[in-house]
Amino acid sequence: MATPAVDLLKELEEYKYGWRIPDVYVFKAPKGLNEDVVRQISHMKEEPEWMLEYRLKALKHFLERPMPNWGPDLSELDFDSITYYIKPAEREARSWDEVPEEIKRTFERLGIPEAEQKFLAGVGAQFESEMVYHRVKEELERLGVIFVSIEEGLKQYPELFRQYFGKVVPYTDNKFAALNAAVWSGGSFIYIPPGVKIEQPLQAYFRLNAPDIGQFERTLIIVDEGAQAHYVEGCTAPIYSTYSLHTGVIEIVVKRGARFRYTTIQNWSTNVFNLVTQRALVYGDAHMEWVDANIGSKVTMKYPSCILLEPGAHGEILSMAFARDGQVIDNGGKAIHLAPNTTSKIVSKSVSKGTGRASYRGLIRVARGAKGAKSHVVCDALLIDETSRSDTYPYIEIEEDDVTIGHEASVSRVSEEQVFYLRSRGLSEEEAVTMVVAGFIEPLVRELPMEYAVELNRLVQLEMEGSVG
Amino acid sequence: MSEVLEIRNLHARTEEREILKGVNLTIRKGEVHALMGPNGAGKSTLAYVLMGHPAYEVTEGEVLLNGTNILELDPEERAHLGLFLAFQYPVAVPGVTIANFLRAALNAKRKARGEDEISVFEFRKLLMEKLRMLKMDPSFAGRYVNDGFSGGEKKRAEILQMAVLDPEFAILDETDSGLDIDALRIVAQGINALRGPERGFLIITHYKRILDHVRPDFVHVLVDGRVVRSGGPELADELEAKGYEEILRELGLATPAAV
Repeated sequence: MATPAVDLLKELEEYKYGWRIPDVYVFKAPKGLNEDVVRQISHMKEEPEWMLEYRLKALKHFLERPMPNWGPDLSELDFDSITYYIKPAEREARSWDEVPEEIKRTFERLGIPEAEQKFLAGVGAQFESEMVYHRVKEELERLGVIFVSIEEGLKQYPELFRQYFGKVVPYTDNKFAALNAAVWSGGSFIYIPPGVKIEQPLQAYFRLNAPDIGQFERTLIIVDEGAQAHYVEGCTAPIYSTYSLHTGVIEIVVKRGARFRYTTIQNWSTNVFNLVTQRALVYGDAHMEWVDANIGSKVTMKYPSCILLEPGAHGEILSMAFARDGQVIDNGGKAIHLAPNTTSKIVSKSVSKGTGRASYRGLIRVARGAKGAKSHVVCDALLIDETSRSDTYPYIEIEEDDVTIGHEASVSRVSEEQVFYLRSRGLSEEEAVTMVVAGFIEPLVRELPMEYAVELNRLVQLEMEGSVG
Repeated sequence: MSEVLEIRNLHARTEEREILKGVNLTIRKGEVHALMGPNGAGKSTLAYVLMGHPAYEVTEGEVLLNGTNILELDPEERAHLGLFLAFQYPVAVPGVTIANFLRAALNAKRKARGEDEISVFEFRKLLMEKLRMLKMDPSFAGRYVNDGFSGGEKKRAEILQMAVLDPEFAILDETDSGLDIDALRIVAQGINALRGPERGFLIITHYKRILDHVRPDFVHVLVDGRVVRSGGPELADELEAKGYEEILRELGLATPAAV
């Protein structure tokens, strides 16, 4: 029989990305947040005056705005103990050889350069506060595809950048959007020209290394008319006993007839507060999909949104959460119907294990005049044991009569009969429970490109290891 | 090694009451035994206890599989030793395809026996061969385990699992219940196709009709947790003709209804 110590070791081993390298940086801001830090970041990024002003306005808003009075407990989050900016390298590289050796080794260990070779159209890699690498295939560059760090986006494409930056998610949206707007650093700037269809995914990978750090990536994606692309982000961090903060803002504009999918495989270590705002504006007959898989973090609050602006716009949110002991994952999605004949679908699958708590929180809003709008929400929760818990908070605001709204919710527990059935065929108890969980999230995994599906299944398996019996 | 499943003086209970009160039964490889009995006699309990269901406590007796007492083993260990239970009510596992499930199960068994895992390619070949043998559509393997299956499909899926896992001893718990005549015939054909010198069967049934398709070597009657009569296939005919009550009266036993 395993002793508690063995169990603990196994617990720690389960998170395979918890290793770290010594701190690497060329600049590190002092802990805490104030105007000087914001000015320093802006100065180091050689930003235009309007951006500095924007950051300072956002900082003021952040400081004035109270913490959210709903959702998970954030009282352990101490804004003063966090380092808001760490610049890891002098400049962003276009080839892995130019990336500082230790950082390069980190990404090699995470398999990023290998994946780039095999199946990606482009890769961005962020270490601490900055993108250290960005590269897109040359043939896509020739078609006018832009895939650079957000800082390069501001420098090289100032007009396009300014036209959309902060328009999808204004800094007044919520306290954490304000925080991000004040200290944003890193993230991607993407533009897909009209009609360009990219088959392979573009990927960004986010890595935290130092303790007590905040990562505030900001991503702006413009998918022009009739274009098509798929962006995937992954993230990991070492395990520390103190808390880190990840507060991203993702703004996406999907123009008429375009299709875009944004996939997140969130696997932060369990000391990271993950508070993210992701939103897309969806124009006529365009199609936006969020695929959001949350495995890691201490607390996650994340509700990817689609604002359906013109007739025929379609938004889809597939969200999956797996909360283990001590984790709180509060996620879901929002679909805002502002035009006739817009459609949306939200599918949420949450798994809670031990004292973990994975919940669905979502909003469907249909504005007056959005005739013929259709929305369907399915949220399923699976509880693995007696102590696990799941909550569902479905909000529906309908101002129009001519709409079709569907909502289905279910909660199930891994049943003794299922486990016995599978064990009678030769699977161990752990394998049996893992199989039930894998089956439960299958509808979401099926939507992922094969490589990520394999990865996600493997992560779930790791989460289940040593957990039963 | 004796190739035999021996049930000796088996007593088992739930929290509420004792259900098996000293069952004795010996099944050799190559033999087909039918276990018949009225409702509530303990037929399904026997099946579950043999497979190791946690809801039952064994209070006395032993079950030897090729000489090993399996009562202390986990259900999966019993499966690895070659025991199989076709469930009366197969359980749905949404999102898991029959193919993936069976490959995992087969590999778990092979691993436990110190054998190499089967490759995806080899497994596919094996699965297709068994599907063909049981006259089942290949697309069946891509469906989620028992999810939305009709009664007949569930029972056929159990037979398919048996064919792939190739057990030494198979217990079929009321595999005939809830089947129409065509489905019954198909399932019976499947069982007959798997019948052979390398396998022993315990077919648990309330009705004789499946035994018209799968001719047993031995028939036993279970009443109130004990085997009260054993005989050849003609015993099934006698039961059918007289009914359980008559047989019980002859044995000087009260009918369960009268208890």
